[in-house]
Amino acid sequence: MGDWFNLLTRFIDDFLVGALVTLELTGIGLVMGFILGLGLALSKVYGSKPLRWFATGYIELFRGTPLLVQLFLIYYGLPSLGITLSQSVSAYLALGLNSAAYQAEYLRGAIQAIGKSQMTAGRSIGLSRWQTILHIILPQALRLAIPSWSNEPILLLKSTGVVFLIAVQDLMAKAKRAATTTYNPIGSYMAVAVVYLVMVFALNALLKLLERKARIPGFELAGKKGEI
Amino acid sequence: MANQILTIKNLTKIYGENTIFEGIDLTVNEGDTIVIIGPSGTGKSTLLRCINLLTKPNGGQIWLDDDEITAADVNEENVRQHIGMVFQNFLLFNHLNALENVKLGLVKVKKMDKAAAETKALHELERVGLSDRAHHYPGQLSGGQQQRVAIARALAMDPRIMLFDEPTSALDPELIGEVLEVMRKLSLAGMTMVVVTHEMGFAREVADRIVFMEKGSIVEQGPPDDLFYRPKNQRTREFLWKITELYGKKEKEA
Repeated sequence: MGDWFNLLTRFIDDFLVGALVTLELTGIGLVMGFILGLGLALSKVYGSKPLRWFATGYIELFRGTPLLVQLFLIYYGLPSLGITLSQSVSAYLALGLNSAAYQAEYLRGAIQAIGKSQMTAGRSIGLSRWQTILHIILPQALRLAIPSWSNEPILLLKSTGVVFLIAVQDLMAKAKRAATTTYNPIGSYMAVAVVYLVMVFALNALLKLLERKARIPGFELAGKKGEI
Repeated sequence: MANQILTIKNLTKIYGENTIFEGIDLTVNEGDTIVIIGPSGTGKSTLLRCINLLTKPNGGQIWLDDDEITAADVNEENVRQHIGMVFQNFLLFNHLNALENVKLGLVKVKKMDKAAAETKALHELERVGLSDRAHHYPGQLSGGQQQRVAIARALAMDPRIMLFDEPTSALDPELIGEVLEVMRKLSLAGMTMVVVTHEMGFAREVADRIVFMEKGSIVEQGPPDDLFYRPKNQRTREFLWKITELYGKKEKEA
């Protein structure tokens, strides 16, 4: 398959620099997406009507259009409104705004699954609505969300690949460079696929650890082995 | 004359076109245990939820001591911390252990410092006989133990009055006793309580007054002996006969 192993060892330094950029994009996109997504999810469940509409509109818009289109509109489109952003900032922004829409849906589902009864319980001892959300609902909802939410970091890591189209020097950009210098695109992309795979495996292990650490004793949601 | 803690006047609750209850008048004196009985869907639970302001009534007034808690400018959180509520399904905070469940309100609502809150929370768990389960999570406790933690959680706020909404209905028969025992002790210790339950043995033994509700109104109320042995109303008689027969059969089978 195009001698990918030789290519991998030859360009490993370059690939590692690119991989670091990819991880950075994933990390920043994920954190930004989480904060914004949590806000959207809370708006959708507990917000006033206008807030609910805004959140719904946002989520539908960003899930309904391709990430690449969003990236191009931010990088090439915003300057016409007088806002010029650097390549990296455009990339962070596009990934964060896009991820927020997906994360909002994972979080909304979990918040709704915790249900109204926990809100009732919190309020019955005199906690305010916000105190109940903060101390009762979210600690449970976030734990509940982990298994399904775990898709998002992995999908996001792979989606970051589009940013090479606005010349951000991520792993994909490095792959393209290796391909043009060696005239061996198959080998180059194979080599880079391996690097992506290693990152995804590592991320997966991390997410499994998180899931285990966050488990509530006696409240395992997944059925035990052998149970239905 | 005994001090009136709770006064309900002409209370009405309507959901859409359904009138849940209408024109309810009820007074509860300090230290009294009031047991509300009646068929399902007569608004007993909704009445408790109205008292705790978890549901807004459509008409009428409620006073806690001398303060009208149904007034428009009332601080709901402030009212609720003086009214303890125990639910049918326990509703413990599942991500917190027993101690933290009891402690949370003390720290977040009463703004006690953590050490003092912990001491008080442990004391409340001791009152319900669960100091050895302080670090167990709800999922690691039996239903009866969970309900006792829920009672401790409500008691920790030092409420003026405790409301119990069918506290033993979700429990296995062999776990009901331990919860009723805690409630009986609480009643004997002078706590003011309003209890919605089908446990007629408990009602007969502990209640100062039994209130029979049906189809959204209070049909009859009085001391247990009067209601059980000399009911004035035909409907009260029928209901008590049915429920005694039901529970009597259960005892025979067991």
